[in-house]
Amino acid sequence: MSKIPLQFRHNGRDVAIFVDGGTNLLVALRELIGDMTPKFGCGQGGCGSCSVLVDGELHLSCLTLAETVAGRSIETLDGMKQGPNLHPLQRAFADNFAAQCGYCTPGMLMAAKALLDRNPSPSRDEVIEAISGNICRCTGYEPIINAILAAAGGQVSA
Amino acid sequence: MAVTVKTFASASEAAGALSSDRSARYLGGGTLVMRALNEGDVTISTVVRAQDQALTRIDASGPRITLGAGVTFARVLAERELGFLHAPARSIGGPAVRNMGTVGGNLFAPSPYGDFTVALLALDATVAVAGGFGSRDIPIEEFLQARERQAGTLVLSVSCTRPASSVAFRYRKIARIKPKGGSVITLAAHLPISGGRIAGARIALGSMAPTQIRARAAERALEGRSLDAATIAAAASAATEGTSPSDSALGSAWYRREIVGVHLRRLLSGQE
Repeated sequence: MSKIPLQFRHNGRDVAIFVDGGTNLLVALRELIGDMTPKFGCGQGGCGSCSVLVDGELHLSCLTLAETVAGRSIETLDGMKQGPNLHPLQRAFADNFAAQCGYCTPGMLMAAKALLDRNPSPSRDEVIEAISGNICRCTGYEPIINAILAAAGGQVSA
Repeated sequence: MAVTVKTFASASEAAGALSSDRSARYLGGGTLVMRALNEGDVTISTVVRAQDQALTRIDASGPRITLGAGVTFARVLAERELGFLHAPARSIGGPAVRNMGTVGGNLFAPSPYGDFTVALLALDATVAVAGGFGSRDIPIEEFLQARERQAGTLVLSVSCTRPASSVAFRYRKIARIKPKGGSVITLAAHLPISGGRIAGARIALGSMAPTQIRARAAERALEGRSLDAATIAAAASAATEGTSPSDSALGSAWYRREIVGVHLRRLLSGQE
């Protein structure tokens, strides 16, 4: 079966790859582009660890057919840091001990970014809702919620 | 295993491709078909897509609303005119699933999913489908009863009449995880009131049978009566009639039968 040519924008950089029919965006990002920040968790849409932004909107890359993102802009955790500096959300996650084993962290950060890009000063309930599709088995969520609220409030260390 | 992806400009071409290939599945938001592919479902060898703008159209201006099959739950939630559908749309998935999952796909979502369809069933929605021989409208109840045989048809849109008031349409989803989780049971009630009495009651249940079903005995208990405590009690005690829930990790069939009357009573009495 022939491969399908696919071009899209990945963290501000144009990329061109060949995918097999039916390849999902998570496999395309990890195996063909080498961006290992989105994680494979359940492959069913239940865990959120593969979350990426498609044209600024939170999507699950494991449930996205790769060729549907042709010409679109994909943001992953790999593109979040600003030069040598961490993004305020990443800083807040570190300050608030919001990452324990770290497997959910890339998805959590993308879900948090999708929220703050749209709503810079969310309530605690809005934060809970925003990360409701992301499962964390370590932290009990409280440090993650606190980190997102701290980032929104500008309470991050230098 | 690689599959063949066929992308068409129009919904009618996609419907043609779908009806001529038994192993083809239509890809909407991806939350059902991509999941099946990720799990290695070998019965799917072709994925059909359509980039037809008609599939993502919302017409919510008049008394009868129409949602294109490709409308996502996030777009339903962004539409002020669709306030009566916000509770069912919000009860589905997390934000990413709501950005992807579609109204049309929800019609095919098996238990414990398919909550939006429960609301549409209570609202007596009409499903517009296209097959190999043109398009037609099917009442949603008929569509769901024949869901297993709908594989070759493409859903174009769903439409329903806006409920007369915010109390005339009620929705309740019981989940173990809040704010996100699969349904233990889902209930929706459309209770049009005419001269102080219920006329045309429709109660729909999710996760109480292989597909979403109507609770006809409960509807009969409500019909022509005022919504008082005795009527509500009669409807609640009739809620399990005709249901055939199954055991799942979220709840046993026994548990579902035990709680459906309780939650119907709360829904009808306006309790949280």
